[in-house]
Amino acid sequence: MSDTTANAASATREAEELPKAQSPVRQFVKKFLRRKTAVIGFLFIVFILILAVIGPNITPYDPNAYDYSAILAGPSARHLWGTDEFGRDVFSRILAGTQLSLGTALTASIIGTAAGVVFGLIAGFFGGIVDSLIMRVCDVMFAFPGILLAIAIVAIIGPGITNIMIGVAVFTVPSFARIIRGAVLEVRGELYVEVAQSIGCSSARTMFVHIFPGTMQALIVNFTMNIGGAILSASSLSFLGFGASVTQAEWGAILSQGRNYLAIAPHLVLFPGLVIFLTVLAFNLFGDGLRDTLDPRLN
Amino acid sequence: MGKYTVKRIINMIPLLFVISIIIFLFIHLIPGDPARQIAGPTATIGEVDEIRNQLGLNQPLVPQYIKWITGIFTGNFGVSYANKTTVIALLAPRLPITIYLTICSITWSAIMGIIIGVLAAVNRGRAFDLIGMVIAIAGISLPNFWLGLQLMQIFAVNLRILPTGGLESWKGYILPSIAMGAGIMCILARVTRSSMIENLGKDYIRTARAKGLPEHRVIMRHAFKNSSIDVITVTALQIGALIAGSVVVESVFSIPGLGRLLVDSIGFRDYEVVQALILFFSLEYMVINLLADILYGIINPRVRYE
Repeated sequence: MSDTTANAASATREAEELPKAQSPVRQFVKKFLRRKTAVIGFLFIVFILILAVIGPNITPYDPNAYDYSAILAGPSARHLWGTDEFGRDVFSRILAGTQLSLGTALTASIIGTAAGVVFGLIAGFFGGIVDSLIMRVCDVMFAFPGILLAIAIVAIIGPGITNIMIGVAVFTVPSFARIIRGAVLEVRGELYVEVAQSIGCSSARTMFVHIFPGTMQALIVNFTMNIGGAILSASSLSFLGFGASVTQAEWGAILSQGRNYLAIAPHLVLFPGLVIFLTVLAFNLFGDGLRDTLDPRLN
Repeated sequence: MGKYTVKRIINMIPLLFVISIIIFLFIHLIPGDPARQIAGPTATIGEVDEIRNQLGLNQPLVPQYIKWITGIFTGNFGVSYANKTTVIALLAPRLPITIYLTICSITWSAIMGIIIGVLAAVNRGRAFDLIGMVIAIAGISLPNFWLGLQLMQIFAVNLRILPTGGLESWKGYILPSIAMGAGIMCILARVTRSSMIENLGKDYIRTARAKGLPEHRVIMRHAFKNSSIDVITVTALQIGALIAGSVVVESVFSIPGLGRLLVDSIGFRDYEVVQALILFFSLEYMVINLLADILYGIINPRVRYE
């Protein structure tokens, strides 16, 4: 509570100092920059995203090249993060795997969120029986604890990166449907929505053009927070052996293989896990900062 | 209170019914011929037919479902194809292990999370709060399988004070419980802190302080009692993550529990076991959420009249 008052107080102080009205974007950036941890998280995400794009081209070694003269070698100047049981360079494999690991989690999050948004908009906008139906389906999906729904889906359709993506995406849908529905219910009583409808906007237009922007804050915050979770879910599934095949360079898969050599080559587990941890941490710090900046009520 | 509880239980029945149908359809959703999938690529046509007969896959769906669900009510969960035993014989010895591990994890993590959260809220903005919250967000970001493997590396491989896996003694439970509970402790610390900060700013706290109550009483009796609703909600929801976590952590530490059985059964395409396990996990999760709902009613009587 006092957090909001403090924010409000500092906002008024700024308003006094700066008589010119600032654009909401500039205000947001100013507020966000004050949160150091969130800025660090954001910079790390940008860094990782750049690596995901250029990673496969800048690896010091071929990530799939066997080197039988350096099997399970520890970290050294030659192999920064050591080598695995085939003498493959771990640093190169992790760097090359950034694209696949991050791509899997991001794609799953985007697909799951998009579907959740559509269902949430429909449920919140139309209400009544459509709403109850969608929400009951969500209840059913929520009855499967944690990533168990994703595990069940992968059990049915079989292992593989694409199937992990589907599993994690489906598991994302109900939470977004619920969040967006809540946001729609807050917005749909507003005058501008009534005006839009009264000048003859179609339901689809009212929903996507007029109501949807009103749910953006909730959407952006929860989407960012969800990516970290998606990376953890996808890497857990890969770790359990439901994801990438052993030849693919994917963070969870590298770690899963490395655990067999824990006693003699701990670096095989340490580095991929550390990269997963830091990436998820960056998304969580960024998401926390966004939430505090965009919507202090949620804190 | 009794009426409220009964209402909650009745609300659960249709959901349970729908979930049982979905889990039942599970085996029929497998692309291609499920009997062929279960038998594997080397099986003869005769073997595939035998599996199809054994699982009743050649009968219409409705009688199959009725047979399956009535079987469950009489304790017959089907037969494990991979282990050649009944599913119930497979589940029974593993159930107490997983439940015990879950209870150990939730107990330590809930106590620690609440203590850290309350202390952080009371010392808001000071060193304890800042350090505690940095640890909390880091803990949420930790992959539990990696934490488990690092703990194993430190305490079992290097220091040799705890076993790498298995459950020969009580020591075997320590590392898995830490790996399973760490994330939940951090989530609870965050939730407790923000809920406590909100409640500590309310008018009744000022009143309580103004009438001269000792500070520990203000914090525990007045603020925390109101925060406990949020804490219980989140704890109950986190049990879901804990159940899923047991699947991962049991695999890391080679613990012969239900989670490990699920991973193995998926690998063997032992679908009768997979069905039974997923049904069990969902039921467990729903029952815990029901208990949480009932607990709200006890703590906050207003909930009962919603």
